[in-house]
Amino acid sequence: MATVSLTVNGKAVTANIDPRTLLVQFLRENLRLTGTHVGCDTSQCGACLVHLDGKAVKSCTTLAVSVDGASVTTIEGLASGDTLHPMQEAFREHHGLQCGFCTPGMIMSAVDMVNRRGHELDEKTIREDLDGNICRCTGYHNIVKAIAAGAQAMAGGSLKDREPPRHAAE
Amino acid sequence: MYAFTYHKPTSARQAATLLAKKEDAKLLAGGHTLLPTMKQRLASPTALVDLGACADLKGITVKGRNIVIGAMTTHGEVANSAEVQGAIPALAFLAGSIGDPAVRYRGTIGGSVANNDPAADYPAALLALGATVVTNKRKLTAEEFFTGLYETALDEGEIITKVSFPLVSKAGYAKFRNPASRYAMVGVFVAKRGSEIRVTVTGAGEGGVFRWPEAEAALKARFAPKSLDGLKHTANGINGDIHADAEYRAHLIGVMAKQAVAQATGK
Repeated sequence: MATVSLTVNGKAVTANIDPRTLLVQFLRENLRLTGTHVGCDTSQCGACLVHLDGKAVKSCTTLAVSVDGASVTTIEGLASGDTLHPMQEAFREHHGLQCGFCTPGMIMSAVDMVNRRGHELDEKTIREDLDGNICRCTGYHNIVKAIAAGAQAMAGGSLKDREPPRHAAE
Repeated sequence: MYAFTYHKPTSARQAATLLAKKEDAKLLAGGHTLLPTMKQRLASPTALVDLGACADLKGITVKGRNIVIGAMTTHGEVANSAEVQGAIPALAFLAGSIGDPAVRYRGTIGGSVANNDPAADYPAALLALGATVVTNKRKLTAEEFFTGLYETALDEGEIITKVSFPLVSKAGYAKFRNPASRYAMVGVFVAKRGSEIRVTVTGAGEGGVFRWPEAEAALKARFAPKSLDGLKHTANGINGDIHADAEYRAHLIGVMAKQAVAQATGK
């Protein structure tokens, strides 16, 4: 057994775990934070993305014990109280989800994208950077729109004034 | 995965001591190959020595006419490094094309090089640029280091500490990705240093990364994509699988080589 201490969504947690415990298992089974999903379990699909010291990583391919001392943010840690994070709000507004299974990973990926690339994201950049997130409903069209809008909303201002740059004829 | 004991040394020297003491121990770098392999029970080390806290294995420095990258430096750090972008832009471009953004936050140059996956990107860069792999015991040229499919010259207990890349005047990298996995079905790296030209191929060879001497000779006359017109790589010794047969991969080598030269010459 090994001791691991983490800050998860701002709260300090310490536990005694088997070194084999993956970060995603630790979050889901020890902390009951089941918003982080296991999709492919082979680091392809991105449903398990969480922020580790501010960077989106695949928690199914990370040992909990190896990130001892780190700060972890999961999808549960994005909203402040009843107010959704601007990226979550953008996914809701633009219907960026169908079954919802990939959504937590998509949103963690999207926030990381904004942190890396800023608030003006074009469609090509978004699609390229979503390389590691798979939506099996194939709902990419609205996911891309949601991310463009969410990125702008994160700069401030409401979603309604800040529509994404490109609209499909629908 | 099977049970293992976990160790987290804080220096390469401590890691080497642990590696020597624990029977059947493996080094954990970014873990993006080793952990999936352990999850599938294709690897079952009894001890993991995590290099994540070894500060002496991290970082990028320019030393004279070389750029030196610590083994635990991530693909993302190489891709975004102003030093690498300035010194060898093709190397930064290559690192930024590995996996996806989340993978690039964790995967490391040392881990990639030590694994020597036949579809990995870095081996092509090391061989083309004439890099030196520095371990805790010795220095190896890329030719000496990469010995075959998933095989390297590393001995038991040997740890890669850094990779040193001599500067070149021109370099470029182009790959044809598998549309699903996005791994290189064929990747070609070209580099020019004075009159020395190297063309290396990853993803295609039955024995891993290799040089293409005919293309090197053709580019020596004139370093331009046109010099490769009509040049075809043989399909002998080239991988064939459900994604692409050997003939198709051999054809892609020529196409990717031209694109790499075009990138290197800014055309």
